[in-house]
Order: sequence, then structure tokens, then C-alpha cells
Amino acid sequence: MAADTSLTGPGALTGVASEPGVPKPDPILTGSGISRTFGGLTAVDVATFEVQRGAITALIGPNGAGKTTFFNLLTGFDRPQGGEWSFNGAALASVPAYKVARLGMVRTFQLTKVLAKLTVIENMRLGATGQRGERFWAAMFSGLWKPQEAEITARADELLARFQLDTKREDFAGSLSGGQRKLLEMARALMVDPELIMLDEPMAGVNPALKQSLLGHVKSLRDEGRSVLFVEHDMDMVRDISDWVIVMAQGKIIAEGKPDSVMSDQRVIDAYLGAHHDTDLTDEAEIESQAAAELAAQEDDHA
Amino acid sequence: MDFGALLQNSLAAALGPDAIVYALAAIGLNVHFGYTGLLNFGQAGFMAVAAYGLAASIATWGLPFWLGILIGLAAALLLAVLLGVPTLRLRADYLAIATIASSEILRLVFGSVTLVDWFGGSNGRQGFAGDFYDLNPYNGRLDFGLFSFSRNDAWVFTVGWVLVALSCLVVWALMRSPWGRLLKSIREDEEAVRSLGKNVFAYKMQALILGGMFGAIAGFMLALKQASVIPTDYATDITFFCYTALLIGGAGRVLGPVIGAIIFWFLLSFLGGFFTRAAAADIIPSVIMTDTQASLVRFILVGLGLMLLMIYRPQGIFGDRREIAIDGR
Repeated sequence: MAADTSLTGPGALTGVASEPGVPKPDPILTGSGISRTFGGLTAVDVATFEVQRGAITALIGPNGAGKTTFFNLLTGFDRPQGGEWSFNGAALASVPAYKVARLGMVRTFQLTKVLAKLTVIENMRLGATGQRGERFWAAMFSGLWKPQEAEITARADELLARFQLDTKREDFAGSLSGGQRKLLEMARALMVDPELIMLDEPMAGVNPALKQSLLGHVKSLRDEGRSVLFVEHDMDMVRDISDWVIVMAQGKIIAEGKPDSVMSDQRVIDAYLGAHHDTDLTDEAEIESQAAAELAAQEDDHA
Repeated sequence: MDFGALLQNSLAAALGPDAIVYALAAIGLNVHFGYTGLLNFGQAGFMAVAAYGLAASIATWGLPFWLGILIGLAAALLLAVLLGVPTLRLRADYLAIATIASSEILRLVFGSVTLVDWFGGSNGRQGFAGDFYDLNPYNGRLDFGLFSFSRNDAWVFTVGWVLVALSCLVVWALMRSPWGRLLKSIREDEEAVRSLGKNVFAYKMQALILGGMFGAIAGFMLALKQASVIPTDYATDITFFCYTALLIGGAGRVLGPVIGAIIFWFLLSFLGGFFTRAAAADIIPSVIMTDTQASLVRFILVGLGLMLLMIYRPQGIFGDRREIAIDGR
């Protein structure tokens, strides 16, 4: 037991060095050499990276850093030019997205993808895996899948209550607000019972009151033993809930570490604000000499 | 003008063999488009391979009737797989292009001079429906009081509506199941379905095959009701008339395509009869339209009606207004 706790979970990250691509004591997701180019643009070029099991890992970076593309690559929604990565030891290169999800690695989307013309409870039921009634011939005979459907519905109702969506049970998912859609998407992903849940900007477009409860939900995922990897721009949230932060810029992982140490890392500040943000580029004397030269050039023209 | 006779003819058309063919084909399109969101613009192709599979098996190769039915169904299955494998991984538009093109190719192949020994060229094939009409239990006309059917039409009418009822039952049983939920989810957002660990491609293929099977049954009925197959019967307009029927009744509803087909044929027959009689009786002066023009005006009005329906009742007759009001995201 003592050996277990020293390896897994957020506690084990204490002694890990704050270096890009540093090995973790008990990684659930590892990868190396993953690259994706769109024409001449290299969107993702990650040398090595590891995600600790049982911890909340944040993936941050300025716009266009390649975070969502990286997410798509890891979950099989996009194919990289090269590289390999594995989840729980199972190699994932060229594994289709639906099989990745079945292995226990489920993602949500930056722009929520609720099934608008299905009710909230139907959205939830869809998430359950291994449904007998999803096989063509069995589907025609309700006796074959009704009992399992009842179990699934009970589990879905539990999750809806936990995410405070139980009052919306029979509403069309398309009638939910943006924040409620985020909640529904997270709850639906949990119906798959994933080991690693990957959230793409869970806080985008969510009002501050709902943000607090969403934070609680993400923390509760870790508390029930799941691993979380999320992309986020909201620095308060990153500082508040993440155990480990990975920073991407221009497709590369440029820094890693505990939230506090990463925020003060010079490489991170440079990536967000530009490397020369505190050096004064326009010297006053330089401007004056430029102006003088321009004036002289104009006088030459007139003469 | 004899409105009684007009109404009788229209009712007979609304429940007759043509409406049955359209209802069956539209049930297939409902599985494709209404539930799964697959844009199949080539239902005529599925009907054609099944009808020609049946007709050529019997009339050309002398095979028994039931083997001909099996060959027709197998041909529709093969067509669905051939169309699905390259296009179902791509965006919806590609299936639409591939299906409309393949249905035209099939029609031209069936009518081609090269294969005249098999499919009879532009004259098509006859003399294959004997076994079907031998099963006919009726001895005379089938009379419903308001309208009646000839002995052969009565048999087509009976078999046809039983097939429509069975098809509706299958669609109903499937669409209330988790399998049906998956199809509707794919219609809404297939990326989301994929992210939950479902093999979207396999389900789209199953839906394409199932809808194609209903198309095949429609093709059988079309071939059997007139005891002949002719290439021009399987032109693209039949696909679009079936879409019209589906949209009138309401896509994504079990009974939508059936009610839609009945209404479509009632209107088509009623308007055609009305204008032909009105022009013949000089109620509409020949300056405005002659007899021959009058029979075509119905298609203009059906088109106009479809436009008005889309504007004022986009969900069709059985649809749920709330569903339409939700934005597509």
C-alpha cells in the first residue's frame, strides 16, 4: 500500500524535475517523436512527454501552440506524420478514434458536441459501452436489451444528479446553455467509464458561478481515481486544480512543472509575452536620427 | 365536371400500387436521410438493381421466382457496400454525388445495346411476373365501394401494404432501440459518437444497407405491378419524388414516408385529373393551357407545394416543431 501511494497520484510528482519531457513515476500516457505538419507549418513536434496516473495535468500555451491538434493526434482524430505513443502500455499509433475511447481514454471537444436533437438522458445513454441493443439483429427484440438499458439509465441518472442536470433530463440537449453543454459532455464522457479523461477547454464560455462547480467536478474525477488531462486558458483554474502543468508553444513542449514553478518560468513568460517584451526596441535617439534622415531626403527631392 | 369520379380516381391512386412503391422507397430514404443523415440521391439505383436482378433471373436465365428475389436483394446489398466503402468515411456530400452518379450509370447500363441479350435494352424485360400473379387468391375485382381495383392490382395492393406494414414495424423496432439511438446520434454529430467509442463507419454501412433493402423491395413492387422493367422507370426523378413524399410526411418518423406517399399520390392524381378535365371542358380557356399542358401543371404545383411546406411546416406532417427550432450544432 505504501509503495503504491509513493508511485501513483499527484503526491508522487513532488520530486520530479521541472524539465520538458521529464519521465513520471507512474505514467498512464507516454509518447515520443510525435509530429504533425500542415503543408509547411509544423503544428505539433513533441519530443517526449508523459502524463502521471491519478493526477490532474494541465496543457497550456498561447493560441496556435498546437494543443488541440496534439489532443486530436493522441485520441486518433488526426494522424501524425510520425511518432509513437501508448496508453497503459498499449501502442496507439494508427488506432482509430473509437478504439482509443474503448481502451479508456475519452475526450471532450473545445466546441461542445452535444447531440442537439436527442434528449439529455438519451445523450447520456449513448455513452455506455458494450450495449447489446447496439447490435443490429438484437436491436429488433427489446427483451434482449431492456434489462441492460435499465442499468444504463440508472447510472446515467446518477451522473446527471451529480452534475446538476437531472432537472433537464427530458429536454433536448440543443436547448441547454453553453455551460450546461460542457457539463453534459463531461457527464457523457464518464458514461464510458474512462481511466483518462481529456478535456479540451472545459471552462471556455462558462459563467463564473458555474466555473466553480465545474472545478469541483474535475477535482472529483481525480478523487475517484481517474487521470485528467485538460487544455485551458484560464490561469486561475490551472493554478487552482492542476497537479502538473505542461506548456506548449509553437508545437513543442517548452516547460513542465508544478503550477507555481511553471508560472514563473522564464521560457513560459517568453512564450506568452514574446522574448523581447521587456527590452525597449525603439530608442529615442534612434527615432530622432531616422526622422532627420527622412527630412533630409525630402529636401533633396524638392531641390 | 365529375368531381365524384375525380375523387375516386385520386383515392385509388393514393392507396394504389404507385403509392406503395413510393412508400417503400421513401421508408428506405427515411432510414438513410431521416435517421442517419446519409444523403442518398440514388434510391432509383437500388430499385433498379433489385428489379433487374429479379426480371433478368427469371426472364433471361430461367431461374425460379424466389431465387430471383434473393438475387435482387443480393444485388442491392452489393451496391450498398460498393457505394459505402469509399464514401462513408468522407463528408456527407460525397455519398450524394456517388449515389446519384451510380444510379444513372446503372440505368444506362441496363438500357445499353451491348447487354440487350440480358436486360432487353430500352424495351426492358417482360414475362417474369407469372409466378407472382399465380399466387393471387382473388377471383375478381376488389371493391371498396368508393373505388375498386382490378384482380391483379388487388393482389399487388394486398402484398404491397403488407410489406409496407412489415417495413414500418422493422423501422419502429429498430429506431426505439440503442441501435436507432446510435443512428440518430450519427446524424447529429458523428465526431461525438466516435469519441464515445462507437464504430461510426460500421453503423453508417448498416444503415445504408438497410435503407437499400427497402429500396430493393420497392423495386420488386414496381417491376411486379406492371409486369415489366424498363430503364426509364428508374431515372433520378423517382428518387426525388420519394424525397418529396418523405418530406411531406416528415423525415425521421416511422409513418412519415407512408403518409407522405399517400398524400403525394392523392395530390398528383387529383391535380392532374382536375386540370385535364377543366381544360377539356373549357373551364380553363386553351389560351392559358391546352389539354396536354394541363396534365403537366400538377408537377409545377407539387413543386410549389413543397416549397410552401418547407417554409411553413419544415418538419412535415408528423415532425416535431421543437426539433426543427433547435440549431444544428
